[in-house]
Amino acid sequence: MTADDTSTPDWEQSLDEEVGLDPGAEHLLDVRDLHVEFPTDYGVVNAVNGLSYTLDRGETLAILGESGSGKSVSALAVMGIIDKPGRIPKGEVYLQGVDLLQLPERQLRDIRGERIAMIFQDALTALNPVYSVGWQIAEMYRKHRGTDKKEAFAKAAELMDRVRIPSAKRRIDEYPHQFSGGMRQRVMIAMALALDPDVLIADEPTTALDVTVQAQVMRLLSDLQDETGMGMILITHDLGVVAEVCDNVNVMYAGRVMERAKIHDLYAEPAHPYTLGLMRSIPRADQKGRPLDPIRGQPPNLAAIPSGCEFHPRCNFAEDKCTVEEPPLYRVDEHRRSACHFWEEVLRVGQRQDH
Amino acid sequence: MSDSAKTTEPLLRVENLVKWFPITQGIVFQRHVGDVKAVDGVSFELYPGETLGLVGESGCGKSTVARTLLRLEQYTGGAAYYKGQDIFQLDPGEMRKLRRNIQIIFQDPYASLNPRMTVGDIVMEPWEIHSDVVLKSQRRERAKQLLDRVGLNPDYLNRYPHQFSGGQRQRIGVARALALNPEIIICDEPVSALDVSVQAQVINLLDELQDEFNLSYIFIAHDLSVVRHISDRVGVMYLGKIIEMGNDRDIYEHAVHPYTQALLSAVPLPDPTKRDKRDRILLEGDLPSPSDPPSGCNFRTRCWKAEDRCAEEEPDLIDRFDHGHPSACFFAEPRTAVL
Repeated sequence: MTADDTSTPDWEQSLDEEVGLDPGAEHLLDVRDLHVEFPTDYGVVNAVNGLSYTLDRGETLAILGESGSGKSVSALAVMGIIDKPGRIPKGEVYLQGVDLLQLPERQLRDIRGERIAMIFQDALTALNPVYSVGWQIAEMYRKHRGTDKKEAFAKAAELMDRVRIPSAKRRIDEYPHQFSGGMRQRVMIAMALALDPDVLIADEPTTALDVTVQAQVMRLLSDLQDETGMGMILITHDLGVVAEVCDNVNVMYAGRVMERAKIHDLYAEPAHPYTLGLMRSIPRADQKGRPLDPIRGQPPNLAAIPSGCEFHPRCNFAEDKCTVEEPPLYRVDEHRRSACHFWEEVLRVGQRQDH
Repeated sequence: MSDSAKTTEPLLRVENLVKWFPITQGIVFQRHVGDVKAVDGVSFELYPGETLGLVGESGCGKSTVARTLLRLEQYTGGAAYYKGQDIFQLDPGEMRKLRRNIQIIFQDPYASLNPRMTVGDIVMEPWEIHSDVVLKSQRRERAKQLLDRVGLNPDYLNRYPHQFSGGQRQRIGVARALALNPEIIICDEPVSALDVSVQAQVINLLDELQDEFNLSYIFIAHDLSVVRHISDRVGVMYLGKIIEMGNDRDIYEHAVHPYTQALLSAVPLPDPTKRDKRDRILLEGDLPSPSDPPSGCNFRTRCWKAEDRCAEEEPDLIDRFDHGHPSACFFAEPRTAVL
């Protein structure tokens, strides 16, 4: 590192004081009853309907869901980058005790990148095509820390090394289109990690990548997490990726959490019919011949979410009660919640059968 | 199935298929400066009623194989025999007849259906060209049956593609492919764009239809789990070549080519108890450019076994262990527990 090393803590401290962040807060990130909606010509689309979760230092939390489950939108809301006309009618997002949704944009901008950072699925659209990658990484230091150009570029090169981009010094002046998909994703990871954030939100970071490159990038992310101790939220639809890296899982459907569990419990014995359905729908590379048992029907239209339990039209366990009464997040055990009236029955079925 | 099938004649025999895309420079006088060697010598056979999976990462040429076989791309070299007839030598009239027997389902259900046509028109369009398949008076009825068979409400005949979800659109694509009672359906990443819950529905549908109509599939996908589920035999592609080929167990349990082993070891498994217990092979670097593939063995630039010989000599796709499962590596050897 360069001589400017000692100034970093000062900078962080002043940010903490200005915003009132409390490093001793119970949770690093504490999201409570988050709602996000988008008014459209066809009615209000309720993308997120009461999402709550917590994230601790060093923890990897998966937000697992299919398209339209609200997993990405909820992350954008946490970052405070929901585009108009989208709005957050309700909810709190506490980062070390401070509700980000109440902060003025100026302070939020300081926090973003410095404290909480995000990487996106499609690196080619997320990166600016007319600036070199070095410039884009260096911008983090220049805007947030006021580092001068030469030093910022030196740091950018260091960071590119750290995310294992080969011959970083030579490639620092190249543009995003000159990089392969995996390398571009590394550039984005470098930008996100530039200022040592406490929370990293990774939105489908490897979905667009080939499987061998995906393995490299996931390894890199988990190594970096071990180094820095940051909390990571991994947003994905891939049950395989979740099983490989995550500690805890939130399964989302139609903007709500259906099940929350520790990783091993979730895969061993799902406590929600949707989770069970997902497990039974996926073919596995290490097994042959097991018939797939898909979830019937289609995911709901978010402008017309079914009454009662969102999942009931597709659910094999559904009874009359499910069409009228929205199940709360029932407590299954200390670490486990399930939004299903019949979670006990689901648990029994899940245990009995090898899914 | 596949073992008994080998005693019968193959439906389709592809020999040394080559497809290069020219790279040109200049606007008025286009100089030919090189080629993207998308498919560079691929051979395989497809037997009646079987599913042949072609798996590989993006850029390995698997989709180009499909498009070239249907002559949606002009072939560069090689031959493809459908029941003894070389597809590439057919005149347009004969080719039209052949397409009746070989149909394709595309990856993107949003781009492969004409948004201005109703579902009925889409499914009935093949009969405009092949008018002898279904009598004009019976077409609507037959289209309804097809929709019903692929799990769509037959009354949706007059709706437009935008009124359907991704999974439903893919079903429309399946119905269209079935319209001419083909023998072979080439499925080019048919479920990659779908969510897992819907993906399983479409996979099951393809499975059922295969039994019902005795279809042969060439199933192209990058997802190794999906390919294992649906295929009888699997060919693994890398940079325009098949580098290993075999039945389900050969490939998934006894892979001998280093690339296949690396690919399998990188597949994330939905089983947290296997975490950190697998023999992970992390490949260095990215896929080389197909316009300038490495000399000798294509894979040598990323291979941990590569020696001088690999740069000089190209390994043939041959059976190296008398297992009846060919691989293209001088140093091929079994490796346990990569999955």
